[in-house]
Amino acid sequence: MDGEELTEEETALYDRQIRVWGVDAQKRLSKAHILVRGLNGTAVEFCKNMVLAGIGSLTLMDDRSVTEDVLQSNFLIPPDEAYYSGRSLDELCCESLKDFNPMVRVSVEKGDLSQFDGEFFDKFDAVVLSCCSLKTKKAINEKCRRRPRRVAFYAIECRDSCGEIFVDLQKYTYIQVMSSYVAPCLDYILDCYKHGCLDTSDASKKSDGTAECQLNYPSLEEAISIAWRDLPRKVSKVYFAMRVIERFELSEGRNPGETSISDLPLILKMRKELCDAQSLGESYIPTSLLERILAAGGKEHPPVCAILGGVLGQEVIKAISGKGDPLKNFFYFDTADGKGIIEDMSNSSTS
Amino acid sequence: MASWSQLEAIKTAKVLMVGAGGIGCELLKTLALSGFQDIHIIDMDTIEVSNLNRQFLFRQSHVGQSKAKVARDAVLKFRPHISITPHHANVKDPEFNVDFFKDFNVVLNGLDNLDARRHVNRLCLAAGVPLVESGTTGFLGQVTVHVKGKTECYECQPKPTPKTYPVCTITSTPSKFVHCIVWAKDLLFAKLFGDKNQENDLNVHPSAGTNSTNPTEDVFERRADEDPEQYGRKIYDHVFGYNIQVALANEETWKNRNKPRPVYVRDVLPDKLIQQNGSLEKNCVTEESAVSAMSSLGLKNPQDVWSLAENSRIFLEALRLFIEKRQKDFGNLAFDKDDQLAVEFVTAAANVRASSFGISLHSLFEAKGIAGNIVHAVATTNAVIAGLIVIEAIKVLQGDFQNYRMTYCLEHPSRKMLLMPVQPFEANKSCYVCSETPLLLEINTRTSKLRDFVEKIVKNKLGMNLPLIMHGSTLIFEAGDDLEEDVAANYALNLDKALAELPPPVTSGTVLTVEDLRQELSCNINIKHRLPIASRQIASSRNKGGV
Repeated sequence: MDGEELTEEETALYDRQIRVWGVDAQKRLSKAHILVRGLNGTAVEFCKNMVLAGIGSLTLMDDRSVTEDVLQSNFLIPPDEAYYSGRSLDELCCESLKDFNPMVRVSVEKGDLSQFDGEFFDKFDAVVLSCCSLKTKKAINEKCRRRPRRVAFYAIECRDSCGEIFVDLQKYTYIQVMSSYVAPCLDYILDCYKHGCLDTSDASKKSDGTAECQLNYPSLEEAISIAWRDLPRKVSKVYFAMRVIERFELSEGRNPGETSISDLPLILKMRKELCDAQSLGESYIPTSLLERILAAGGKEHPPVCAILGGVLGQEVIKAISGKGDPLKNFFYFDTADGKGIIEDMSNSSTS
Repeated sequence: MASWSQLEAIKTAKVLMVGAGGIGCELLKTLALSGFQDIHIIDMDTIEVSNLNRQFLFRQSHVGQSKAKVARDAVLKFRPHISITPHHANVKDPEFNVDFFKDFNVVLNGLDNLDARRHVNRLCLAAGVPLVESGTTGFLGQVTVHVKGKTECYECQPKPTPKTYPVCTITSTPSKFVHCIVWAKDLLFAKLFGDKNQENDLNVHPSAGTNSTNPTEDVFERRADEDPEQYGRKIYDHVFGYNIQVALANEETWKNRNKPRPVYVRDVLPDKLIQQNGSLEKNCVTEESAVSAMSSLGLKNPQDVWSLAENSRIFLEALRLFIEKRQKDFGNLAFDKDDQLAVEFVTAAANVRASSFGISLHSLFEAKGIAGNIVHAVATTNAVIAGLIVIEAIKVLQGDFQNYRMTYCLEHPSRKMLLMPVQPFEANKSCYVCSETPLLLEINTRTSKLRDFVEKIVKNKLGMNLPLIMHGSTLIFEAGDDLEEDVAANYALNLDKALAELPPPVTSGTVLTVEDLRQELSCNINIKHRLPIASRQIASSRNKGGV
């Protein structure tokens, strides 16, 4: 990274974030190439975050045409039929995103990603999938894992007002900074609140040393194959709900999000089958949660898009810059309880 | 999706956003996408380049324009039929009174300073309108809900006040780099370029060795015929050399401390007498904004930590450039973090002083952050917080008070949680803002003037904007422009009096009532006379708290 300094333009534009992650991290970002397939509301939030962060390039894939539903949670496209008619979603988003930061190369890739050769993925530091079937997600995850140079893999899904992020960084080594500011318990947080803010800019600069850390991420296939009874206790209900819906969409040949409340009887049947097979009580997957997700179809609650897109954005920045503890390996958010939870689902053989 | 009642509540809601910056842009976008149709925004700022890494509704071409207006235009592009009313104004302006606030179903703050937050808190309490507060710094953030009668108000828990340093630490015994910055900014810079009438703790006595025949001559006064470069060296030697030597003479101070070492131009830059560089012709600089000691000296990288010699060169060159190019600003120049030359000067001065005192030197980039109170910020945290704000706002609109939450966005997970919701606390019964609790003030009534009481206590500490002060049934002070001449004259007289000399005298046992009519806040303060104590404080105005 030496020798190539940031330009004066970059230094001025990125000043505030350089103060967060440093010049080296910013340089790495400027050389990073990211692929995003599936441009729903959550993915668009993520794209916005990446472009603002100053990555090297962003490649978009989603050749759907614009509909009312699509426009609902998309802030990149003006609702003017004369403007968007005849153009695909990826082209329209590309045009808009370029505007946000002229220093980032935003482009469109056409075709069926699951048919592409493995070599195609060598171009990218990270691949993000959204609105993809389980089959597609698994296939692309496998392709990424077989590349000689690591391609970070992320899958993001938002249904109604809850959502899931999956992270696969394969074998990931990084320098963990042991900071004296690490909040181990609620009392510390409440104490910070008592003092008015969580501004620990002084404290977070203290470093009690560094340690090299290695994390082993399971593939998507491995992660979701873990027997439910072997999972840690009190795993987020959204995990199970997503698996039931996934299985349903697969067996019924539906596109992701192609559901409605009339599917409830079939879904409940599927829930019973899965829970029986996995020896898990059905109460772990509340009917109300399944109802919400079904009724929403592909619709996303915009505040949740912002939250998931923000968390994913931060994760990708961490992985590219090599700075900060990456999330392993699932993240959940549900408006119902307001918690943003990390679940580590790895077999003892893979973790 | 959202229930019918939720959608109705959203569609008919009238929302006030205060702040159109980092959180504001993300918030406005999310509100619009979520179906809100009537939004007002108040923001007094204009757009700067450093905003563009996260305030994504703005473009390079918008720099200098009103944030509230540009944000509105940007969002109307994808939601053309909603109503967004921008107010390019200060939320503390009189037009935003209780009646204005009463019109809204919920107020959402995206502010970056404590002062404005407190003001909005009081207006929301007075108007009976729920407030959703928020803040971010780097990867950290929080969203809190404040509903009168149901939860604590924003001021129930004391908030950190601006960090101040004792005068002697700044003038004589710095131990941290920030002390050197405060010295360079609030003392040296202020003395050289700021208001000459302002009190300044910088030592100004002429040295014994000058040619001055006038023993009271201020060494900082530059004679019209004095060569700028020579003047610069004189100042350097005075503040980094002579003043340190004078301080060293006081053995007591250094008994348990490392002694500083005096620094003179001749020792650090022995070849300075031979003109090296920095001639005007060489620069061909014509615009004020391009004036820079760094470019003059060929030091390009703001991340580099310069040597003592380089810092000294920058100091002298910056001072020379100020004299030669910015003379007309002298006498009322305030430090501005976006003034490149000012930042260079303060960095260099702080570093030379730091070097004297054995404190490690810092790059311009780091120094600028400290001197300018720059809040580090990224887009992702703001996006997450904005999402959380809208979620709380929707609950508030439905009166779903069992589910109100304070949510913390953490950098490191706590019990698996990156986003941690907590039940709001009940109102603090001793909160003087929402619970009408009297306060106790210990103050030296014989030496403290009413002016100090008004500025430091009522305005600064209690956050009142336009206060009035009553002693029993007597109005001893009222702020405002619309007072009658004789009334105003009377107050002016009062301001200069010590508390104990006022008519009627304020002494131990007196109860003063202070009010801010606009904030609809009234407070009783019990006065207790306090005997004198030694230290005064210099405020470093570190009161910014994150957007």
